[in-house]
Amino acid sequence: MEWINAVVQGVLLGGLYALFAAGLSLIFGVMRLVNIAHGDLIVLAAYLGLSTTMMLGVHPFVALLIVMPAMAGIGYVLQRGLLNQTLGDDILPPLLVTFGLSVIIQNALLEAYSADPLKLSGGAIETASLSVGGLAIGVLPLLTFAVAVAAIALLQWVFYATSLGRGFRAVSDNQDIAQLMGLNRAHVFGLAMALALAVTAIAGILLGVRTSFDPSVGGGRLIFGFEAVIIGGLGNLWGTLAGGVILGVAQTIGAKIDPGWQLLAGHVAFLVVLAARPNGLFPRVEH
Amino acid sequence: MPEPLLNIAGLDAHYGDFQALYGIDMTVAEGEVIAIIGANGAGKTTLMRSISGLLTNAAEQVAFKGRPIGNLRADQVAYLGIALVPEGRQLFPSLSVEENLLLGGKVARPGPWSLSKVFELFPILKERRAQPSTSLSGGQQQMVAIGRALMANPELILFDEISLGLAPVIIKSIYEALPGIVGEGMTAMIVEQDISKALAVSSRVYCLQEGRVSLEGTTGTVTRDQITAAYFGVDA
Repeated sequence: MEWINAVVQGVLLGGLYALFAAGLSLIFGVMRLVNIAHGDLIVLAAYLGLSTTMMLGVHPFVALLIVMPAMAGIGYVLQRGLLNQTLGDDILPPLLVTFGLSVIIQNALLEAYSADPLKLSGGAIETASLSVGGLAIGVLPLLTFAVAVAAIALLQWVFYATSLGRGFRAVSDNQDIAQLMGLNRAHVFGLAMALALAVTAIAGILLGVRTSFDPSVGGGRLIFGFEAVIIGGLGNLWGTLAGGVILGVAQTIGAKIDPGWQLLAGHVAFLVVLAARPNGLFPRVEH
Repeated sequence: MPEPLLNIAGLDAHYGDFQALYGIDMTVAEGEVIAIIGANGAGKTTLMRSISGLLTNAAEQVAFKGRPIGNLRADQVAYLGIALVPEGRQLFPSLSVEENLLLGGKVARPGPWSLSKVFELFPILKERRAQPSTSLSGGQQQMVAIGRALMANPELILFDEISLGLAPVIIKSIYEALPGIVGEGMTAMIVEQDISKALAVSSRVYCLQEGRVSLEGTTGTVTRDQITAAYFGVDA
């Protein structure tokens, strides 16, 4: 029973990792940009959530109404003002610039909020649980997982059933020809980053309600996000969810064996998948 | 003389340090069908890229309806009413046939062309509408590329090497569809290696040679010998 419990908790934890990863997956898919600052942007969203809850006295989930558009706006401006200039045939400039951005965000957060661990207060939902067949399932992890599934379903719908998504795919296929169709690449990339950071806002708030955070935790979230993307297969959003779940389950099972093995087990699972299936478990099928 | 639809004046196009076009002068009046011929490397595709905005130049080197557009980006040029059918089709592999066409309609200028009109012109595309665009044959892909450009309802449509790599019977059917397209009052520039095909559908012809205009004339009056000389740069 304890093992089943570990697996169930791992699956639910995987939802959070999938939310970390969805934004990464989206921007890599559209513009081949690997965003090293992604983890720090998640943490930035958590801090924005904290400031909003403190200033307005609202629940962190209500704060999303402000944090999501704020992060989307930051994403659009960041992309058009900075990251678009780094994109080209060379993959190194975006890596270096987003690495620098990561350092800047961390230090700015440190300056603004100090290094003390802080937490978003979610109230009763944090400790509420459902009893299902002898298992105690936390409401918050369950909600996180449901939000992850909904977010990925929504992204999938945007990508494959809207004209915005058509533009994303076209620009990803061939930037010049997409430009001929009246799509301004710079604007499309800005919209993609805005969408990615809107999802990141959700991830940041859920992270902040689940655990305490400080300005330095972004790097770890970035790694989890990367691992989920790679396990699932690049460019496949549902694969990213599966990747997050595999990572989450590996971590909780590792922790069950020995509490010190939690992170290691996740990384080992990632390496095993990478060695056996270098393209991930569900790579996007190229036509 | 009325204002030309497209006026190219002293166009010098560069790829980095390499100069591909040298002082090209060209005018296209509304409703004309212009053939652009020339050997490989003469600068035909560069000319198409310069007009469509994929290659930016000094603003006044390309003017469309009297407005300088040489420095505009391709998406801005598209909204003004110029569409390019690119060399080698260049469909979006992630998009279905129908999505490729719909994307072409993003610019959505007012005009006669719509999805149903394109399907009327190329009925096979309607049957294949849900397929990935790259699963089609070369000729069908060319139909999608043409349809995609038409969906924007451009005033000027540029065809770059539309017969390249296609079977003769397919080329024939695509050229048979051309009058139906330009008959809608659209102005067209056709880049073509097959000179007789190009001359058959056009009213005027420009020949490029090593980045310069080597011959210009109405298709009725230029002779084979003149074309040969302009094409190869040798006296026939």
